[in-house]
Amino acid sequence: MKINCAMIGSGNIGTDLMAKLQRSDVLNPVWMVGIDPDSDGLAKAKAAGLKTTADGVDGLIPHMKEDNIQIVFDATSAYVHKENSDKVQAQDAVMIDLTPAAIGPFCVPPVNLQEHLGAQEMNVNMVTCGGQATIPMVYAVSRVQDVVYGEIVATVASKSAGPGTRKNIDEFTRTTAGAIEKVGGARKGKAIIILNPAEPPLMMRDTIHCLTETVPEEDKIRASVEEMIGEVQKYVPGYRLLHKIVFDGNRVSIFVEVEGLGDYLPKYAGNLDIMTAAASRTAEMIGEEIASGRFTPSAALATA
Amino acid sequence: MDLKGKKVTLHDMCLRDGMHAKRQQITVDQMVAIATGLDDAGVPMIEVTHGDGLDGSSINYGFGLHTDEEYLSAVIPKLKNAKVSCLLVPGIGTVDQLKMAADLGISCVRVATHCTEADCGEQHIKMARDLNLDTVGFLMMAHMEPPATILEQAKKFVSYGATCIYVTDSAGYMLPDEVKEKVSLLRAELPAEIELGFHAHNNLSVSVANSLAAVEAGANRIDGSAAGLGAGAGNTPLEAFAAVAERCGIDTGVDLFKLMDVAEDIVKPIMDQPVRVDRDALSLGYAGTYSTFLLHAQRFSKLHGIPVRDLLVECGRRRTVAGQEDMIESIALDMLKERETA
Repeated sequence: MKINCAMIGSGNIGTDLMAKLQRSDVLNPVWMVGIDPDSDGLAKAKAAGLKTTADGVDGLIPHMKEDNIQIVFDATSAYVHKENSDKVQAQDAVMIDLTPAAIGPFCVPPVNLQEHLGAQEMNVNMVTCGGQATIPMVYAVSRVQDVVYGEIVATVASKSAGPGTRKNIDEFTRTTAGAIEKVGGARKGKAIIILNPAEPPLMMRDTIHCLTETVPEEDKIRASVEEMIGEVQKYVPGYRLLHKIVFDGNRVSIFVEVEGLGDYLPKYAGNLDIMTAAASRTAEMIGEEIASGRFTPSAALATA
Repeated sequence: MDLKGKKVTLHDMCLRDGMHAKRQQITVDQMVAIATGLDDAGVPMIEVTHGDGLDGSSINYGFGLHTDEEYLSAVIPKLKNAKVSCLLVPGIGTVDQLKMAADLGISCVRVATHCTEADCGEQHIKMARDLNLDTVGFLMMAHMEPPATILEQAKKFVSYGATCIYVTDSAGYMLPDEVKEKVSLLRAELPAEIELGFHAHNNLSVSVANSLAAVEAGANRIDGSAAGLGAGAGNTPLEAFAAVAERCGIDTGVDLFKLMDVAEDIVKPIMDQPVRVDRDALSLGYAGTYSTFLLHAQRFSKLHGIPVRDLLVECGRRRTVAGQEDMIESIALDMLKERETA
């Protein structure tokens, strides 16, 4: 039996996420929640047979128990996440945070999904689109040798960055930097995001710069990066290394491109895909834990 | 046009944009010497930050010799009249650094976005107003969009609380007619109390003419750098503009000879290379490429073997925007691949 889910946030990310959940064998998307009654996401959700509300999270809460909603995704904005999370957890549902609020632990599936297995977490944070695209690469280097400093530059097409992203630019840089350290393994992290309005829209690009403590072990790093790219490609097939890794003194620079599946926005919006694919993968793992009886979401377990 | 008696505020950039020309390696002593010299010459506003704004220190843009905190702490207490500003680029720096800078005594912040992305600066402008700072919305690469778009984005900045809007010719691509068109439109359509500013780069050698056109069209703030120390072929040379302003009867409040002395005796000696319209810098203006790409392109050219001009022109062709220094290297690697397979 599938686990029933709700999505809060009918913008680019929420709408793309819905398409992925519709294909899931584990999860069943039941509700789409928004605040703008004219939003494209709500219209698409309605057309797909989901229940919808334009009254925000308060339009969802009264129906959660009767619809057996056990997993909720928040794709709105960092500013309202805590409120959403508290309300959802009170209904004994797990909150998957796709905003940069990061009140729960970071999850970057190819790096640390297994750590979350059995952890009975009621709130899990998916970092940021840039974080999902780059932290696997930082980790690929840091598991070979110490990375003193890890810096990422995420470049996204202006069309793929909705109002939520634009209001949360600072949160993006802070949360991504924190996860570069905590999950990526760099001693110090920095994240930069750039929006480019070029036409035709640019495919998401990410540059990962690492400063290693000692001279980079080139062959080991290349092998580690190649292996990790394979891991990411399992759920984002359009994730690819663009150039040979650049080694310049202790600087290791990795250039990746993220092509999306085109579920909602066209394929250039790989930034949406990597976020929603990571979130749905994480949710599927949690869903399997719930279905097997190993995890019963409960307000009592909530710490975030 | 009669500009007699028009008041224009000069805003010096050599301790921020100049950081680009110095690979972010200006020393604290040099900053203090230049800032106090400018202050003494009557320059009313001086920008002090890493070239890419607050928290710009990075692999991508170059690590600063000192932190913004160290520079601001050293300079601000030494100034008698001049007000200090910082640049803040959403996506690079955050409101946390803005608060730090405000605590250290800056009076003004320029929140800089690409000229189509003003809404990324909403939280920064609102924070700046909460901190009682003179708040500027800085629209970068303004040559890349038509006047109507520049106006639309300017209005967004104003709606968040900005009280001054800058048309920024980051690539030194514009010519006087375009400057006039864009600044005039803003002057006509924005509320009268909103100040207008213009920031030029000298890549096509017309920065002074452009700045004059901006003033004619209604700008009352002009950015420039003593001795032009800035990215690319430098900013509008402040002392040259000040001389032209004096000829036109524009009131800048600046002591021209003292400003010339600062440029010649204090700024020029610290240059690592002459800041001029040479082949590489001209390529920036010609191609519409962000001026800060100059030294990085030269570095990647050496590392990967692609001629600088080819690299800069390609960056322009691909419509790269501010902050995309990583793309310079990626484009160099693309070009290398093409040349290897050819």
